[in-house]
Amino acid sequence: MIEFTDVVKSYGHGSPALNGVSMQIEDGEFCFLVGPSGSGKSTIIKLISGELRPTSGTVHVNGYNLERIRKREIPYLRRTTGVVFQDFRLIAKMSVYDNVAFAMRVIGAKEREIRDRVPYVLELVGLENKAKRLPGEMSGGEQQRLAIARALVNNPSTIIADEPTGNLDPARSFEIMSLLQEINNLGTTILVVTHEKDLVQLFSKRVIVIDDGIVVSDGEGYYDED
Amino acid sequence: MKINNLGYLIKEGFHGIFLHGFMSFAAICVTIACLLIVGSFSIIAYNLDVMVEKLNQTSEIMVYIDSSLSDAEARSVGTKINQLDNVQNSVFVTREEALEKFVNDHDNNAAFNGVQAQDLRHRYVVTLEDNTLMKQTDNQLKSIPGVAKTNAAYELAEGFTTIQNVLNIASIALIAMLLVISLLIISNTIKLAMYDRRDEIAIMKMVGATNSFIRLPFIVEGFTLGMIGAILAFGLEWVLYDALVERINSVDALRLFEFVPFTGDLMVPMLITFGAAGLFVGIVGSWTSIRKFMDV
Repeated sequence: MIEFTDVVKSYGHGSPALNGVSMQIEDGEFCFLVGPSGSGKSTIIKLISGELRPTSGTVHVNGYNLERIRKREIPYLRRTTGVVFQDFRLIAKMSVYDNVAFAMRVIGAKEREIRDRVPYVLELVGLENKAKRLPGEMSGGEQQRLAIARALVNNPSTIIADEPTGNLDPARSFEIMSLLQEINNLGTTILVVTHEKDLVQLFSKRVIVIDDGIVVSDGEGYYDED
Repeated sequence: MKINNLGYLIKEGFHGIFLHGFMSFAAICVTIACLLIVGSFSIIAYNLDVMVEKLNQTSEIMVYIDSSLSDAEARSVGTKINQLDNVQNSVFVTREEALEKFVNDHDNNAAFNGVQAQDLRHRYVVTLEDNTLMKQTDNQLKSIPGVAKTNAAYELAEGFTTIQNVLNIASIALIAMLLVISLLIISNTIKLAMYDRRDEIAIMKMVGATNSFIRLPFIVEGFTLGMIGAILAFGLEWVLYDALVERINSVDALRLFEFVPFTGDLMVPMLITFGAAGLFVGIVGSWTSIRKFMDV
């Protein structure tokens, strides 16, 4: 569960990036976070992943209180959330298989677990036949599916997708959203940060709209840019 | 950290060397170049020091014994000479031996036929432990009863000591400077290698790797690169030095210079220094440069 209560985050001078945000995303929910550039979406993601701490207010993520979290607990917080980025952030020199296995290895998984889990996740995202490819040899949509596989492999309770379809054409974007929907059906909480109004309306989920550091609307299915 | 991960982390460190082949190659080359420069300079300085030391060892004090003393009394002065702290050894030369040597040295010139041994004094040729204390020792020798006169070349000895001191200070300063420069160059090379992999580190942080888990492969990598560089530099230094010495010794005019053999006094200190430098540079270089990329 992700819970923000009266969260203010300021970066020194000027108006704060977040100015009293309160919201709650329950386990198993699928939720869009929308808003114009500079509205505070990135700050919210950084707060969830423990990269930043709130100036005031409280942030709870999957059982961790981010006000009081110790530095050495942050890696364990991050294992509860998988993150997917617009620019994929894959390791170009590693194969598809190794990109996913890498995420397991660096948290100390056993080689046997890796051999069981990676093919399963690759199959889930439809890349089971491309395990030996390098990311550079695949299309943008496939690279994003690989990034999702990597986010999923450690079985996080939440996946945060930051503009996951920003680099993709509408057809691929639809595929990626459908994949996230499937993952949500398996019980994982999904938070998608996006600009793409069409997709948001098509999928008809909960939409949190943020502007100028405050939540301006929070409701089902549809949002109006004005 | 779980022990079953240790194998993976070490393997990953070695793997990284090959995965980032060019940067590894650059780091090894820079390590070798720096160690070779520092090592060669140290060897030259050491050889010069040994040569000057040897020249200095040839300075001795001539101690002349009062001619009124009997042969037995003259010989007994030797025990008093040997009791002095700074005396390494003393050789008694009788007046007869001295005359014979003198005449021989002058090609048995007939002009010296009339010289009698009685006209000369018994003498001791005294070599010292420490030539810098020649003046004090000379004064002590003069105060021994039965010693008529001494003859010591302070100035020559002092000259050698000065040369040795200047050489020592200059070489220590230069070696220290070269070492610092090498450290900077090597740690920058490692930093570049790290910069090349900042995305990888960011991804590790993102998926929840702990800091020690991120750091260890890089440390293993730095350690391995440093050691490979050190061992190659050591081998090269050895081969180059031996080749150079052989070349110089083959020229008759340069026989004058006597070089310390590499396998003698040089090998062990060189191996230890190179190894320690490689280790230090590898580990400290990767540790400090990774810190910059950890705050993601």
